[in-house]
Amino acid sequence: MSRHVVAPVSEIPPGGRKVVEAAGKRIVVFNLDGEFFALLDRCPHQGSQLSGGILCGLTQSDEPGHYRFSRAGEFVRCPWHQWEFDIRTGKSWFDPRRTKVRPFPAGVAEGSELVEGPYTAETIPVRVEEAYVVVEA
Amino acid sequence: MTASAIDCDLHPGVPSVATLLPYMDEYWRHTLVERGIEVLESASYPPNAPTSVRADWRGPKGRAPSTVGELQTQALDRWGAAFGILNPLFPVQLPFSRDMSAAMARAVNDWIRAEWLDRDDRLRASILLPNGLEDALAEIERLAPDRRFVQAMVLCMGETPIGRREWWPLHAALEKHGLPLAIHAGSAWRHPPTSVGWPSWHVEEYTSNIYGFQATLASLVTEGVFAKFPGLKVVLVESGVSWLPAFLWRLTKSWKGVRFEIPWIDRPPAEIVRDHVRLTVRPFDGPEDAEQMKRLLDHLRSDELLLWATDWPHAHFDGDDTVPPGLPEGLLTKIMVDNPRATYARLAEGVSA
Repeated sequence: MSRHVVAPVSEIPPGGRKVVEAAGKRIVVFNLDGEFFALLDRCPHQGSQLSGGILCGLTQSDEPGHYRFSRAGEFVRCPWHQWEFDIRTGKSWFDPRRTKVRPFPAGVAEGSELVEGPYTAETIPVRVEEAYVVVEA
Repeated sequence: MTASAIDCDLHPGVPSVATLLPYMDEYWRHTLVERGIEVLESASYPPNAPTSVRADWRGPKGRAPSTVGELQTQALDRWGAAFGILNPLFPVQLPFSRDMSAAMARAVNDWIRAEWLDRDDRLRASILLPNGLEDALAEIERLAPDRRFVQAMVLCMGETPIGRREWWPLHAALEKHGLPLAIHAGSAWRHPPTSVGWPSWHVEEYTSNIYGFQATLASLVTEGVFAKFPGLKVVLVESGVSWLPAFLWRLTKSWKGVRFEIPWIDRPPAEIVRDHVRLTVRPFDGPEDAEQMKRLLDHLRSDELLLWATDWPHAHFDGDDTVPPGLPEGLLTKIMVDNPRATYARLAEGVSA
């Protein structure tokens, strides 16, 4: 695995997403309130692009008729069959053990660190004064 | 058929309303006569349809068997069974009057007690439930102490889907008394038996029971009845079996995508059904070829779902061919003995009437 600079932080605002190509893979990067998470942009069910799905929260219940809503915007629903995937882990809600999308470590690095390498910046020009989203893939 | 078998679906025929009059209070005993209500027949089981009563079990004028003696001769003694569970189909669900429905259900249940349960120790019965919730609860409280009543019974096409919250007091009462809810084929005729309107033929209508069972099952699961009442068991009686795997596949598949609508369902609906729901094996609607039957049974993904039943006197087989064709020999003890005993805890108790 190598580290890929995929976007300036300013390009993916909180709640936003970006599809990137890294190590020959199509990856979707999400910004959850300043934290970045990267998932393979491919639903494990039938291969749809998760990046086309809507974001949703987690709905749980203690008993019928009671709704507990949390983690707004932290799940992505596959656009084809609406399966919910936890953006933080890639795990599906309904079968987290067996149905999951591959996650990639993602983080933020300052341009000043990146200039020194070893990083694959590909088509992203890196400037010392900016911060960048870095994905390991 | 093994002597320890439990026949989970037997239908004692009520010859006429007059049979029930001795089990009614003074008002109903008189008013039914004054109003000329002599028979009450449901289109669910037309008396003369060849499927409603097997030809060689019909009495004079083609009437359905209606005595414990006929049951003994035609089924219990002939095939041998440790227990037989009576599911009366007298259509107490038809009257629009709550009071008439309740009066008739009480009478049927007391008739069952006096003329069937008291006359053969092997017999057990369903509490036949009237339409009104309050009346149904009263009937459960009245009869649950008689341990020979091993479940309570409604039809698969009632007035409203029985999983809805207004029905929860019923589920609570059944769970409290350790009584499974039996859901039998048939309609209260409040709605067409198909969701696209009225069928033209009896064969179309009888087949449509499957839709009623599916709707009822979907209601119980999605409303969260089994989450709220984890001790509740449901028995689908005369439901057919082979439709179940495909239906559960659809229900579970769809749940994966829209489960946030019913977040109290936090595991696949098919698993919930396998834990809580049982089905009698007549009719089965299965392939006769043993190899194909094995594949169908694999789709159920459990050997605990099926309960033995002859569905006497309905016509599903000739002579003494009580075992549905294709059912593997190795499964019979499970279906005939183990599964019914696990479903009906009261069978293990002595009679305490």
